[in-house]
Amino acid sequence: MSLQPVKFYQTGTFTVGNRLLDESLRTVQANMQRTNSLNSGHRACQGCGEALGARYAIDAAMRATKNRVIATNATGCLEVFSTPYPETSWQIPWMHSVFGNAASVATGIAAALKVKKKSDVRVIAQGGDGGTTDIGFACLSGMFERNDDVLYLCYDNEAYMNTGVQRSSATPPGARTATTPAVGIHPGNAFGTGKNLPLIAMAHQIPYVATASVANLHDLEAKVEKAMGICGARYIHIYVPCPLGWGSSPSDTIKVARLAVETGLFPLFEAEHGEIVSRIPIRNKVPVEEYLKLQKRFAHLFGEDRSAIAMIQEIADRNIRKFGLEEA
Amino acid sequence: MLQQIEGSRAIACGIALCRPEVVCAYPITPQTHIVEALSEMVRTGELENCEYINVESEFAALSVAIGASSAGARSYTATASQGLLYMAEAVYNAGGLGLPIVMTIGNRAIGAPINIWNDHSDSMALRDAGWIQLYAETNQEALDLHIQAFKLAEALSCPVMVCVDGFILTHAYEQIEIPEAGKVDAFLPPFDPVQVLDCMDPVSIGAMVGPEAFMEVRYLQHYKQLRALEMIPEIAKEFSEQFGRDSGGLARPYRIADAETVVVALGSVNGTVKDVVDEMREEGHLIGSLCVVSFRPFPLMEVRACLENSRRVVVLEKSFSVGLGGPLSDGVRKSLSGIALRGYTVIAGLGGRAITKKSLKGIFAKAEMDELELLNFLDLDHEIVARQIMRERETRRSGPIAENLLKSIGTVASRIA
Repeated sequence: MSLQPVKFYQTGTFTVGNRLLDESLRTVQANMQRTNSLNSGHRACQGCGEALGARYAIDAAMRATKNRVIATNATGCLEVFSTPYPETSWQIPWMHSVFGNAASVATGIAAALKVKKKSDVRVIAQGGDGGTTDIGFACLSGMFERNDDVLYLCYDNEAYMNTGVQRSSATPPGARTATTPAVGIHPGNAFGTGKNLPLIAMAHQIPYVATASVANLHDLEAKVEKAMGICGARYIHIYVPCPLGWGSSPSDTIKVARLAVETGLFPLFEAEHGEIVSRIPIRNKVPVEEYLKLQKRFAHLFGEDRSAIAMIQEIADRNIRKFGLEEA
Repeated sequence: MLQQIEGSRAIACGIALCRPEVVCAYPITPQTHIVEALSEMVRTGELENCEYINVESEFAALSVAIGASSAGARSYTATASQGLLYMAEAVYNAGGLGLPIVMTIGNRAIGAPINIWNDHSDSMALRDAGWIQLYAETNQEALDLHIQAFKLAEALSCPVMVCVDGFILTHAYEQIEIPEAGKVDAFLPPFDPVQVLDCMDPVSIGAMVGPEAFMEVRYLQHYKQLRALEMIPEIAKEFSEQFGRDSGGLARPYRIADAETVVVALGSVNGTVKDVVDEMREEGHLIGSLCVVSFRPFPLMEVRACLENSRRVVVLEKSFSVGLGGPLSDGVRKSLSGIALRGYTVIAGLGGRAITKKSLKGIFAKAEMDELELLNFLDLDHEIVARQIMRERETRRSGPIAENLLKSIGTVASRIA
């Protein structure tokens, strides 16, 4: 009888416990080798998913490139909380130009590095969902289409948080924001057709597209490291809860992010040249109520009329079918 | 070597001689021929060590240049009209960051109504963005100014716009001296950036600045412009020594020694103005002109020195600050603080309206009699304007203005008086 591999999971979750992993595979908050590219002391809110996602993503990129990373940043929370003059949390060469051009500025840097024959230095562009799916969309699409040697990281917290929680094209249906208030006959954000940027990125046939979540930092780091080993345009869409904007507890950031994955609302997958090549299956499918009820932005959906919740459940179920997320 | 060559092509040759490392291109009339020529030079290898990037908008074009310049590459782009407005946010950003990008503006009107022909509305709209603005009088000067622009931009770490009249210069074929590569190399040293994104020495560029230092950052932009006032004549002098011809400088007076009337203008119209000055001088008029090359920084002292002994100044403007007058007049007025002389603004050539010698002569003669208003419009068709005003009075739904005027004129939309 052959031995079966034993999986150890953290209590109450399906995440493999860090301490149970081989030392080389562990995700470590602090050690001497860690670059801390986004240093402590910045002004992000408690429980900020974006700060966590950026720190892990950029440190992983630094490991993969032997500390040869230049990053651009769209205007937004990450830019504002990391660089209030005269302070900066960035330990890497970093540049902010304007809101909508992070991808183009990165293209320019990559072109300069190419002409200067510094092929060992790699370029990352970063933006929130507003800077990526809305105002920076044209520049991003141009960067994809030219297959410029840039990794674009979108930290998606599903609204314009820096300006005070207004709706973006990444805001999910039903969510309350400052510009989609929870009043009237259809409270919260409208049920539109959606704008799935990872799929749009895939439609450009770029070498690598992935989604990642701060609930699964091993996976996030692995995807960034993989992306840094590829040349050309790459895109990683990282799900980062915002306690302030979502009305969730700062201590629940990881939990909320995990539930988004386990409900099927945020599928985790990788694609190469427009084809999905891997997905993280859902081991224990959770109803969307479990995810929605932790966030005040969805509180108005739990009245007498629960039809909006049913519609959100349909979206989750469709994702599970479409991306093949049911564990075989 | 003298060549019979299109203005845009000559400018492209000048740019190539400056050895740009990143060129970003987005087409817009009338600058397109410049970037077309550069793309060919990169493809054939005539322009080596240069990344040529076809971008998806003017906003991206300047944004790519911002990134490339921050990473230490000599960066160039070109635009015009709507394109300059579309990249306006990035124009201010490059100015605020102090990145020595050189950008050609093929000067063109701004819509609505959409119009592809020449005036200065585009570059004037961005005059306060912290860029140096140089206006070329001829295609030879357009080429020469680009070589000087890179030197100036990189010495100060400040972006420079070289403004070239669309069609009148960009599409005109004439004899132009293309400088020798060795001479340009001797004149223009390699780009040595004052700030650069470098993994060995990481910096954060573009941090947020609050009320505690924002004024100081802005003042330092002005300080660079003040330095440019000193450097522009020095660079023009050095250029003259190296290449054996005069180009650039702050401003060029023409026959002003005993002039009672001085005409001030930017760009290519100075050629026509000088012809009119010559003709009127023949007839005994005491008239001269002043070609302002550097609009930002504005050479207050030089302009003052050229005008202070005259009796009146006529500012001929190819842009119109609707509701007030013209931006060049504002600078000229400021330069004349405390001096009593008569000043007239003449708005001319908007949207490519031809500025003829005959019309200029007429309006300058009226100026000499002090019969002009403070604000005048050269060859404005008062009849069709009056007809439209009447139409609007009579009918609430009078319809789109542009269409109404074109109907009034009949079939020929562009006429030369």
